Amino acid sequence: MATTILPESRTAEQSLEGSRAGDRLFKGVLVLAALAVPVLMAFLVYELYTGARPAIVRYGLGFIAGSTWDPVAEEFGAFPLIVGTLLSSFLALLIAVPLSLGVAIYLTEFAPRVIRQPIAFVIELLAAIPSVVYGLWGIFVLIPILKAHVFPFLRDTLGFLPFFQGPIYGPSMLAASIILAIMIMPFIMSVSREVLIAVPGSQREAALALGATRWEAVMSAIVPYARSGIIGAIILGLGRALGETMAVTMLIGNRNELSASLFAPGYTMAAVIANEFTEAVGDLHLAALAYVALVLFVLTVLVNAAARLLIWRVSKGGPVGGKGA
Amino acid sequence: MVGLMIGAVILAVLPLLFILLNLVLKGAGSLSLAFFTRMPVPAGETGGGVAHAIVGTLIIVGMASLFGLPLGIGAGVFCAEYPGARLAKLTRFVSDVMNGTPSIVVGVFAWALIVARTKQFSALAGSCALAMLMVPMVMRTTEELIKLVPNSLREAALALGYSRWRTSVTIVLRTALPGIVTGSLLAVARIAGETAPLLFTALGSQFMSLKITEPMAALPLTVFNYAIGPYEEWHRYAWATALVLIMVVLVLSLAARLATRQRFSGNA
Repeated sequence: MATTILPESRTAEQSLEGSRAGDRLFKGVLVLAALAVPVLMAFLVYELYTGARPAIVRYGLGFIAGSTWDPVAEEFGAFPLIVGTLLSSFLALLIAVPLSLGVAIYLTEFAPRVIRQPIAFVIELLAAIPSVVYGLWGIFVLIPILKAHVFPFLRDTLGFLPFFQGPIYGPSMLAASIILAIMIMPFIMSVSREVLIAVPGSQREAALALGATRWEAVMSAIVPYARSGIIGAIILGLGRALGETMAVTMLIGNRNELSASLFAPGYTMAAVIANEFTEAVGDLHLAALAYVALVLFVLTVLVNAAARLLIWRVSKGGPVGGKGA
Repeated sequence: MVGLMIGAVILAVLPLLFILLNLVLKGAGSLSLAFFTRMPVPAGETGGGVAHAIVGTLIIVGMASLFGLPLGIGAGVFCAEYPGARLAKLTRFVSDVMNGTPSIVVGVFAWALIVARTKQFSALAGSCALAMLMVPMVMRTTEELIKLVPNSLREAALALGYSRWRTSVTIVLRTALPGIVTGSLLAVARIAGETAPLLFTALGSQFMSLKITEPMAALPLTVFNYAIGPYEEWHRYAWATALVLIMVVLVLSLAARLATRQRFSGNA
């Protein structure tokens, strides 16, 4: 073996110096990337605020309570929009929560092992479908079915309630809520499934050993243990529903009026931004739309913060569901 | 009760099958080579295509990945390598907030930041909005996958005299790479279908455009415009375009998932 000749110009000290410089450069690049995230977010809040400022100055917090939205008269109030957003999201939860919890419990506790993975996989594929495709399907497939069969049936059987009275148009609050329910179900299902899987086996075994049936074990030992995580999953779904734009815009009918009937068209914050932003008639109209965006942003931040808090309490810092989608 | 739950599973899986079936039934008939290679024709004529939207989506999503992936991966590596740093905690928290921000709000932001300043709708603004949606997703997967790399690997490299950055790049990142690729593909798949942030940034167009400083068409925008249009012919195009879009999205997400699965079975 030939003797290797060390290049004399590069002593150990110098090479250590070099690697230190490399380390510093490496860390510098990473710090820049990590810093960019909060900086971008600060920019977002700043831009939304400056964009909305004319409207904030003019209407103040009364914007939230006002119910006229008239771009020509420059009169803006977001109350029907906020109610529409909240109502469509809560209705969607009402439909999606029992379904997704049923699926999650079935898949973790009762289903034969072979079909657990495939079913979870198929439902997670639902989460990959773009929202505009849901909207397309909603307009041309779901609404005709609802209009011809489901809505008349609801009016005939539950017509004594104010929610199911009045003329049937097709595009409506209820149609938008149903499409929202289909869209948020995969999220609630996969997060609550992860939470249920994280429940220690001893919890189940103890209940079974005390003579509980499998169903009793689930209801008395497993679901209560995972409760705050499941609530977190539901609120996470709520956050998604609040900000969902395309499918809702295409199905809700876009009419800025509050109506007790769920068959009547409605409007949401996200939908009004999507519809009017490119055609805004004046600076104040644009500012009002930016104000709506700001309100929507604050609302989703609050909802998501609540969800994270609850999920974290269950998994002790592990971000269950944080890696989703 | 179990019967009820099986009912829930069927109700949950049904929409997916129904949507896919409708897409194929209503969309496949209009698919042809011309659909992929030709431009749209005026309403009333037949034989148009969506070549402009396919090219537009490639450019917009490509640029968004160019901005979003390095940023997301870099931030993820930082949070994993310096987990206790104050900046890491801040970044992690903010990226959670960002992840929950509605995409339409991000669209308003990109409009205010770029479109309002340049007084011009542009593909670039659309890419920036999409990139911002990607960052938190990519960051989280990167951080979690790097945390999975066994510490002994890192220690071995350091003991051999590797400097910290070489350990990170050639050992840690190299080990976590397949997972990071999976996470990145999933993020690309998700933004490829986003419509809301493009509405008032890239705007959409009826023409082939390669200039990133001008309005540009994209597949989701084309689906939306055709779907809400008044013509029967447009509705058929909407279904066909949606079919193309969903094939792109599903192929990307299936590829991502299969990549991870193969890695796991390969290790076992």
